[in-house]
Amino acid sequence: MMNNNLFNYTLHLADTTLILGQRNAAWCGHGPVLEQDIAITNISLDLIGQSRSFYQYAATQKADGSTEDSFAYLRSEREFKNCLLVEQPNGDWAQTILRQFLFSSFQHLLFQQLQNNKDATLAAIAEKSLKEVTYHLRWSSEWVIRLGDGTEESRNKMLKAITELWPFTGEQFIPATYEENMGINLLSIKEVWLKKVTDILTEATLQVPENIFMHTGGKNGIHTEQLGFILTELQYIQKTYPGCEW
Amino acid sequence: MKNFIQKFYYGDIPEEKGGGAIISKNTKTEWPLWEVFIRSKQGLDHKHIGSLHATDAKMAIENARDVYTRRMEGVSIWVVESKNIHASNPDDAESLYEPANDKIYRHPTFYQLPDELSHM
Amino acid sequence: MTEQTSENVFLQKIEAEIKIEPKDWMPDAYRKTNIRQISQHAHSEIVGMLPEGNWISRAPSLKRKLILLAKVQDEAGHGLYLYSACETLGITREETINDLHSGKAKYASIFNYPTLSWADIGAIGWLVDGAAIMNQVMLTRTSYGPYARAMVKICKEESFHQRQGFESLLVLSKGTEAQKQMCQDAINRWWWPSLMMFGPKDSESTNSDQSMKWKIKRKSNDELRQSFVDMIAEQIKLLSMKLPDDKLKWNKEKNQYDWGEINWDEFWNVIKGNGPCNKERIAARSKAWEEGEWVRIAAKTYAEKKINKQVAV
Repeated sequence: MMNNNLFNYTLHLADTTLILGQRNAAWCGHGPVLEQDIAITNISLDLIGQSRSFYQYAATQKADGSTEDSFAYLRSEREFKNCLLVEQPNGDWAQTILRQFLFSSFQHLLFQQLQNNKDATLAAIAEKSLKEVTYHLRWSSEWVIRLGDGTEESRNKMLKAITELWPFTGEQFIPATYEENMGINLLSIKEVWLKKVTDILTEATLQVPENIFMHTGGKNGIHTEQLGFILTELQYIQKTYPGCEW
Repeated sequence: MKNFIQKFYYGDIPEEKGGGAIISKNTKTEWPLWEVFIRSKQGLDHKHIGSLHATDAKMAIENARDVYTRRMEGVSIWVVESKNIHASNPDDAESLYEPANDKIYRHPTFYQLPDELSHM
Repeated sequence: MTEQTSENVFLQKIEAEIKIEPKDWMPDAYRKTNIRQISQHAHSEIVGMLPEGNWISRAPSLKRKLILLAKVQDEAGHGLYLYSACETLGITREETINDLHSGKAKYASIFNYPTLSWADIGAIGWLVDGAAIMNQVMLTRTSYGPYARAMVKICKEESFHQRQGFESLLVLSKGTEAQKQMCQDAINRWWWPSLMMFGPKDSESTNSDQSMKWKIKRKSNDELRQSFVDMIAEQIKLLSMKLPDDKLKWNKEKNQYDWGEINWDEFWNVIKGNGPCNKERIAARSKAWEEGEWVRIAAKTYAEKKINKQVAV
């Protein structure tokens, strides 16, 4: 019989990487300089690639003819289980960079645990993805430092981005029901994560906000209004022409 | 008088042999230019592959990774800021390289040896 | 060396198929022609990201999304290689980009047409990239070394672009009625503009003669265009679709296809800025460039600060 928790957790990992990949992909052709246009697209390719691995695994679990695409294209926003952080708008380069950094620093720690998971497939996907995530973390950390410690204008934009995004960082550490028996210790991740983020923000001459209200819901399908628009665009062809091969 | 090239990327500026008429301005936002050398696999030399813009060496290496190794083209990257490359002047080519042309005794084929002598 | 002898040396090299390299003496006009052509080529790659980029967010499957994203990213890489080649001639990337935004520099007019359905992505890969490849393969033998080397890299990477386009249309052509219609409609809209990509007729091309003599270009516009028609007219049979040209017919004597007439009024109009998307394309590029300015300055400022700190220590 299918393990519902494992299935939902797999979808959660898939949805989170897909939505961030989709967001980053919107920079392709619009980046601040060609080299970085290419860099962020590489990250997007990595993330969407990861989401496919997770969706494919979910499909084998479900074993009812579901495919990576039926999960990505035919579920509604209430069924999506991604973290709220990744669906937040691209905003400017500062906001995109910070979103990437806050996520990659978390994902890096999560996948370090996940690669030793008792579920061999999740472990294998995590192990393979970890190499990519290590680079995402390095790249986004350096950009956070550059922008924080760059010009007054860039620093102000980083401050604004922190205000916008920080309230969405708490959710990652609160396990959803399906997450509880996955062998992941979110509390220990939280501690190391906060230290890493504090170190980088400090080097960027920025500060970690304190006593901020944290939004939750994404993991259980209660999203911000952003997600509906993302999915409308992402799913448009499959929903307009149902049942076709592409 | 003609306007000659003021800015050369591959090395030293030949004083008045540019044969061109463009004067480049340094701008506030443009990042320095770097030359990229990539080792395609262990055991081979690094080879010049192209150039790119970056603010410092670290970023230049990362940009090179993102731009020039998307198809597994490399296992190691060198970057050098283009202004630091010194190059020979094409006008000196004759005096620099042609004197080697008549030193044929440096090549193994110069020596006629009996066929019986194998493996030499 | 006098200018006269320099010019002779230059012409002898061209004659002997020896590449011209950045520091070699070259006539002003050769330099300018190369700057113009290479930067236009670079701009075309970058502007070309936009119409296809439109469909990244809407690609119909995750696999197609990755393919398209990787392809559009390749165009960015190609633009970068070409800007780099251009920079060896003594002009900065920023200067060339400014010329694009001010409207002084041109780019391939094809990208001023809109992408209206998913099938357009396949049609662009097959027809537009197909046409571009004919030009680019020729340019791997162009006389200016850095340009030729950039083209070799680009051609290597481009080879998957046309294939993915055709493959994507092939799936549509075997799909539902709606998919078939979408496929035919895209071919109808992209066919003539892709023929226009080869430029004006040889009899009306202003830049061609000198460029041929200097071996910057190596085949005439009309020659390349004809080979393209001959190639596509065969390939389309596999799609069971039709090219929108009643006059298209195999000519046994000439051993090539006869075909209709390009609408040259439309061609010149799009070049003059009256294409369906000229304004949007430049606006999108200018916006990205302007909104990126603070990022470029910040990164540069940070790097300079760091160097100063090191010096101070």
